[in-house]
Amino acid sequence: MADTARDPPPEQTDFQELEDGEDLFPEPAAAPEQSGPASLPAEDVSTNSNGPKQDSLFDDDPEDLFAEATEEVSLDSPERDVLLSDGPSPAITPITPPTSVITPRIGHAHDDMFTHSSFDEIEEEEGGDSFDIHIAVSDPEKVGDGMNAYMAYKVTTKTSLSVFKQGEFSVKRRFSDFLGLHSKLASKYLHVGYIVPPAPEKSIVGMTKVKVGKEDQSSNEFVEKRRSALERYLMRTVKHPVLLKDPDVLQFLESSELPRAVSTQALSSAGLLRMVNKAADAVNKMTIKMNESDAWFEEKQQQFENLDIQLRKLHASVESLVCHRKELSVNTALFAKSAAMLGNSEDHTALSRALSQLAEVEEKIDQLHQDQANADFYLFSELLGDYVRLITAVKGVFDHRMKTWQKWQDSQMLLQKKREAEAKLQFTNKPDKLQQAKDEIKELEGKVQQGERDFEQISKTIRKEVSRFEKERVKDFKSVIIKYLESLVQTQQQLIKYWEAFLPEAKAIS
Amino acid sequence: MMGYLSVSLQPRAVNVDLQTDATLQVDISDALSERDKVKFTVHTKSTLPNFKQSEFSVVRQHEEFIWLHDSFVENEDYAGYIIPPAPPRPDFDASREKLQKLGEGEGSMTKEEFTKMKQELEAEYLAIFKKTVAMHEVFLCRVAAHPVLRKDLNFHVFLEYNQDLSVRGKNKKEKLEDFFKNVVKSADGVLVAGVKDVDDFFEHEKTFLLEYHNRVKDASAKSDRMIRSHKSTHTTALLRILLHHYAYYCTTTAPLRILLFFLKVSELFEKTRKIEARVAADEDLKLADLLKYYLRESQAAKDLLYRRGRALVDYENANKALDKARAKNRDVLQAETSQQLCCHKFEKISESAKQELIDFKTRRVAAFRKNLVELAELELKHAKGNLQLLQSCLSVLKGDT
Repeated sequence: MADTARDPPPEQTDFQELEDGEDLFPEPAAAPEQSGPASLPAEDVSTNSNGPKQDSLFDDDPEDLFAEATEEVSLDSPERDVLLSDGPSPAITPITPPTSVITPRIGHAHDDMFTHSSFDEIEEEEGGDSFDIHIAVSDPEKVGDGMNAYMAYKVTTKTSLSVFKQGEFSVKRRFSDFLGLHSKLASKYLHVGYIVPPAPEKSIVGMTKVKVGKEDQSSNEFVEKRRSALERYLMRTVKHPVLLKDPDVLQFLESSELPRAVSTQALSSAGLLRMVNKAADAVNKMTIKMNESDAWFEEKQQQFENLDIQLRKLHASVESLVCHRKELSVNTALFAKSAAMLGNSEDHTALSRALSQLAEVEEKIDQLHQDQANADFYLFSELLGDYVRLITAVKGVFDHRMKTWQKWQDSQMLLQKKREAEAKLQFTNKPDKLQQAKDEIKELEGKVQQGERDFEQISKTIRKEVSRFEKERVKDFKSVIIKYLESLVQTQQQLIKYWEAFLPEAKAIS
Repeated sequence: MMGYLSVSLQPRAVNVDLQTDATLQVDISDALSERDKVKFTVHTKSTLPNFKQSEFSVVRQHEEFIWLHDSFVENEDYAGYIIPPAPPRPDFDASREKLQKLGEGEGSMTKEEFTKMKQELEAEYLAIFKKTVAMHEVFLCRVAAHPVLRKDLNFHVFLEYNQDLSVRGKNKKEKLEDFFKNVVKSADGVLVAGVKDVDDFFEHEKTFLLEYHNRVKDASAKSDRMIRSHKSTHTTALLRILLHHYAYYCTTTAPLRILLFFLKVSELFEKTRKIEARVAADEDLKLADLLKYYLRESQAAKDLLYRRGRALVDYENANKALDKARAKNRDVLQAETSQQLCCHKFEKISESAKQELIDFKTRRVAAFRKNLVELAELELKHAKGNLQLLQSCLSVLKGDT
């Protein structure tokens, strides 16, 4: 028989040989992947008119390139770079921000804000990644009793932005206040193309439990989830440079008394009206056939459709991950108990003690698994949920653009008809009707021009909003992933502590 | 897919701490896995005069190991010893099935996925293979280390006779006979166990072993379950999440930094996943296998106690018969001989049993100590490895942001 030694490939080496101190994984170098970029295809780099930026791609300079930038490049990219780079970027001439931005805090303020220049100014003031406002939602407190009870949350703002009266202040708000804020912002900004972050969802079931006074695990979890969601909602809202300056937002954050937002109740007439409108909108959307002249929009819409599907799938994956981990936790707990029993029946004292210690270690590890499962769930699941809702808002904004286009087209067609009618009138002898027609035509011409301007404006706004959204999305996912990795680090550190404590017990067996 | 597999091995005492004795050293130096059987190359080095050569090898199959074990069990002379438990039958069915399914589904997955899964399944197959080799080896080593069993003639034949021993597996009839034998034995065992022993040592051992055996059984089952769920958790799912996101980005012309970010994170999870797989594998080896082995050994110890108990009952019955015979003054000589035989048998068993049980405890404590220490050391090593990977990746990622 062959006595020849046939060594298996190193990856599959006998696991026990590991004890010889063999390291099958080379320790990762500090930045092994950064040699990668040089070999990546140049097609990923947009053919940007900013020449110098392209060279810096292959350095380790943390530069962002926006492939989507097309005709906006010449006007906007300098500002964008100020937002993106976290350090001085040699390729960009720095733009000195204006010393102050005067924000007219009056009713029709938004007219001013839609002009191109002030938007840029607002962007400039943000500057870099150090966004100088932080909002915390805390101290949920039950107010009142029975079905009229509600949760009041403390909203604390810390900022050094000049648009606020103070540097640090807090107010008390309830859930319907948040919904009211969102509905005001939506009515002001959605139809001109701004992606207004959606408010957290209502939950009749969850809220009822709290109202009824059930003080258990699930209602505590519900309140915590809601608190966290409200905080994320506010932070997203103020991160938007235009929304931040909106008087409603400022009032929400600053003023101690807020008029009750009644029309946000789920089962109110206003709520029903909203639902009917939504349905009507959906029908309308299907009948609008827009002549898309801009490939960018078509492409983006498709991408958002895909992203929507993706995110829902990912949401499902996270759920299965959490399930698996909970199963592991259960089995670890069972084993821990079994090991404790075994330790009890072992009649060698030192071994018996070591086995009991092993049982304790496994119990602690079980707790670790549970905590990790929670982290998985909260971090990822909530984030994915937020984004599924945000995508809906994005899609809504695209729809508004279509509606704006439709309006423009409608006025154009009407103008055409009126012109034809006027031409006909020219051959009749009705001078006042003719004059009336001429007046109407003049008015319509104005409308058509306005319609075209509106359409161009919303298109421009959407482009900016979309690139802002994509940037924010990346930041969000990155920060969640980093938080998750940090939680994994903690888990491993705990594991090390537990096993290090156990090892001397095992060695003490004689 | 797995036509055959051969692995070169070094001698190891997995769960047993055995003194290696120069007079007789046995190990399995090679093994070949064919379609439906495994062929072990049993290698012997000995200075004993019983053997024709000082070093030689033969090829044996699982059935021949069982034959050897059964011959020990059926040998009355060995009634007073803990017979080393027989190695479990090599069972590649589950692994083979998985590999077959993979082969069938080859068309439905990407080449990369296929190769990765194939590697994983092959590694699993290899691990099972190594385990079965180890268990067969431990059996032989235990026999070789036992002062009496090592001299057994069947054992020498097993080691030296370089032809097929023509031992066939049991046929249906024989298996049925075995089954009934076992039923009778366990019923008898209960009866025998009920008899209180005059000797404190054995009484204690009886109680202890009964409880211990049950608890080891439970712990073994629970550790298996825990390790199985450990294998199927976590980072694979999360990896898929990230790869999805990453793939999405690749389809859009995303900024380079973002691609790199996701690339780094998915590479990280690939590495941590490998470490997690090793953690599960090490737990399997150091914990699950240990418990399984002592499940079998404690059963063998219980069997010894049963035999002694049986002999005690026979002895007491023989005493009663002798008294009766003396009282009736009939067949006294016969009764006396019978009683003397029983007495002799019982005392012989008792004497060796005591030592065997003490040795069992020593071996058990040593094996647990070795494995628990190694388990803790490996867990620490992997946790530290994981930690290092995570921390270095985090510092790179944070530095970029």
